[in-house]
Amino acid sequence: MVQLTLPKNSRMRVGKTWPKPEGAKNVRRFNIYRWDPDTGENPRIDTYFIDLDKCGPMVLDALIKIKNEIDPTLTFRRSCREGICGSCAMNIDGGNHLACIFGIDEVKGKDVNIYPLPHMPVVKDLIPDLTHFYAQHASVQPYLITETPTPDKEWRQSIEDRKKLDGLYECVMCASCSTSCPSYWWNGDRYLGPAALLHAYRWIIDSRDEATGHRLDSLEDPFKLYRCHTIMNCTNTCPKGLNPAKAIASIKHMMVDRVV
Amino acid sequence: MRYITPLKAAEGLGSAHEGTQHHWAMTVSAVALLILTPLFMITVGRAIGLPRELVLAYFARPFPALITALFVIVGMLHFIKGTRIMIDDYFQGGVRKGAIIFSVIFGWAVIAAAVYALARMGLGAIVVL
Repeated sequence: MVQLTLPKNSRMRVGKTWPKPEGAKNVRRFNIYRWDPDTGENPRIDTYFIDLDKCGPMVLDALIKIKNEIDPTLTFRRSCREGICGSCAMNIDGGNHLACIFGIDEVKGKDVNIYPLPHMPVVKDLIPDLTHFYAQHASVQPYLITETPTPDKEWRQSIEDRKKLDGLYECVMCASCSTSCPSYWWNGDRYLGPAALLHAYRWIIDSRDEATGHRLDSLEDPFKLYRCHTIMNCTNTCPKGLNPAKAIASIKHMMVDRVV
Repeated sequence: MRYITPLKAAEGLGSAHEGTQHHWAMTVSAVALLILTPLFMITVGRAIGLPRELVLAYFARPFPALITALFVIVGMLHFIKGTRIMIDDYFQGGVRKGAIIFSVIFGWAVIAAAVYALARMGLGAIVVL
């Protein structure tokens, strides 16, 4: 349900400002959301100053520098540092991005403001709880379903049918799209969200899959699918350049084709 | 604390197997309103500023009466389905159900009032003639 104000225990306060690096000429200010579940305190915004001449170009480089050299308590997810694993998705400068492939120089504002992905429970600092998000992904059965006995060699697929999966299979499940969607904010408990629906469409459109009707049946629901109002935040924010809104529209077209 | 698995929470009560008819009906009524809205504005525009007797006679004619009736009926059916989408977006539980009931009653009340007014104007003209 829509919430216009933050709950009392989520309201942010001004946190600690760390000292500027001595002698640095190319300094940028980072305002970072901090919350520790063990303290019982409200979240705070800590301020750090980074010497960009001694830091890599990406936002993740700055976060790692802060953790290694300034404040080891700063907590965030990261792994591949090249936009493949989707671990370091976070809200940077008002938009959801992968910190590893988002350049510090791409931040338009004076300061670099970093928050966890919006409207998700926070585990600690910049780490959102994605349990429900992953369960929604699992609920669309993101794997090949067949009735026909498995061929000796392989399930064959034409080049044309394989091309239909381009722009779909590349999703790394970073949750940037779903957490940028107002419909997912308000009804995330029931609406599957752009990421899960993109994966659902990836298997619906797969020529080898034999559960197309079953998949469409399970999606036909005012909340699971039809909460999408083509707001397009998902497509705008996707760090991989994918188009979940188009995938959802394609599912809706298939639904209409079944009844009209 | 509820000891249910994340997958059970994600599945909820399962699919309602509903929504496509609603989506298709909204599409159809939107296309119909694309045609009806300019026709209605032209029709009503021609009656603006006329004396009451001439307005009554004008809406007793088949084309203005049918365009007005179709615009109000299709428009309000679109309204009922459209508000349902907004209510589903922003409300939950009993408030959601109450708001849906109110919007349906309101929509049909407007349709009934419009049809009654048009019928009265049409029948009134027949009596006068």
